[in-house]
Amino acid sequence: MCTVCGCGAGETRIEGDAHEHTHVHADGTVHSHNHQHSHDHAHPHDAVPVAAHTHAHRHADGSEHTHDHVHSGEHQHDHAGAHHHHEHLVSGDLDYGTGPARAHAPGMSQSRMVQIEQDILSKNNAYASANRAWFDERGIFALNLVSSPGSGKTSLLVKTIELLKAEVAISVVEGDQQTSNDAERIRATGVAALQINTGKGCHLDGHMVGHAIQRMKPADESLFLIENVGNLVCPAAFDLGEHHKVAILSVTEGEDKPLKYPDMFAAADVMLLNKCDLLPYLEFDADLAEANARRVNPHLTIFRVSASSGDGLSAWVSWIKSGLEAQRAKRVETVDSLKARVAELERQLEQTQAGK
Amino acid sequence: MHEMSLAEGILQLVSETANREAATRVKTVVLEIGKLSSVEPEALKFCFDVVTHGSIAQGAALEIVAVPGEGWCMPCGETVAMEELYGACPKCGSHQVQTTGGSEMRVKEIEIE
Repeated sequence: MCTVCGCGAGETRIEGDAHEHTHVHADGTVHSHNHQHSHDHAHPHDAVPVAAHTHAHRHADGSEHTHDHVHSGEHQHDHAGAHHHHEHLVSGDLDYGTGPARAHAPGMSQSRMVQIEQDILSKNNAYASANRAWFDERGIFALNLVSSPGSGKTSLLVKTIELLKAEVAISVVEGDQQTSNDAERIRATGVAALQINTGKGCHLDGHMVGHAIQRMKPADESLFLIENVGNLVCPAAFDLGEHHKVAILSVTEGEDKPLKYPDMFAAADVMLLNKCDLLPYLEFDADLAEANARRVNPHLTIFRVSASSGDGLSAWVSWIKSGLEAQRAKRVETVDSLKARVAELERQLEQTQAGK
Repeated sequence: MHEMSLAEGILQLVSETANREAATRVKTVVLEIGKLSSVEPEALKFCFDVVTHGSIAQGAALEIVAVPGEGWCMPCGETVAMEELYGACPKCGSHQVQTTGGSEMRVKEIEIE
């Protein structure tokens, strides 16, 4: 569920997804399934009455921890199921010495404090970090386009794609509550597009985008564009793993929008002032709009553009190109990490061959 | 802001931890809420009672630790107290202030048994 506006989750559909998210729970929470348990040990379940051994867990957020635990003889360990809970000696066992009195009196309840120290949005942030790492490893430049509905995001994307598609591979993720109209408009330009319908949801999150990446498999050193759900509030709080948020404001809206919805303009690195071809017919003060946006975010890069006339798009396109260049350069820098990956794959190959 | 949905997010984190720790009841939930996070503590307390009804955290006391708003003012070159998110520096009136504290919304710890 969105912690910003309280909209529901649970009706998310990714195009072409045959098994429509069976891991959405009845209470509306989306469950993390990248939960891996590595069991690098034998389970002496049958004969040995009590066996203590070390257990390594990897959690969805990438953190790992190891703990000892005790198996009693009749202990049933269902490893086919994706989830099981262990009693942790480290923190979960019944330790009667940790109560406020540091002692136990029979029949008295013992309470203990457990540190959580977690941001309410920490789950999403873990997914987003994984997405960003995936992009960085492959030199992919990812942008998250955010705006209110009707600011011209899709038209702007279509124009941008037409100017860039000869030079770079492009993949587009389209987020909308319903319909695949936007994805179809993007596909008409000849580039790959995937529609995500959020159902009751008001924004895309890191988990959905992770699925989209798996489905689309964007090419190395390509451009990955995410058109978020038209909404100036909630998408600001949800990192998707993009390199920059690009906020789009059109001149048919109010100059004070950056002040009314500051979170979005503060979260963005770039603002596109769209529909500038209409300025002669409107009482819109473009300088005031820019000043308001810079008041919220002094570091904002602003481009005045028009998707329909094409004015100003060359500056925006060259900004994207320099971003692509930077990602490629960074990839060269991380050549050492690639070498490490090759070494790991070679090791796995050797293991497989040795196992035959 | 949107306290009902925040309360749902808090309950999710609290229930996960309580289940992992094999707790039978959550007695206290301690939050850190920044002054600049636009959360209304009284509204949050009310919503927390509503969403925790019937859960492991039913009846838990909600303690809110307020974190003061703080920002780095570039013209002044120092940390200043902030009353409003994206507001002006109380000393020089400039808007070139980077928020450095007071926007957090965290579940700090829980007391379980």
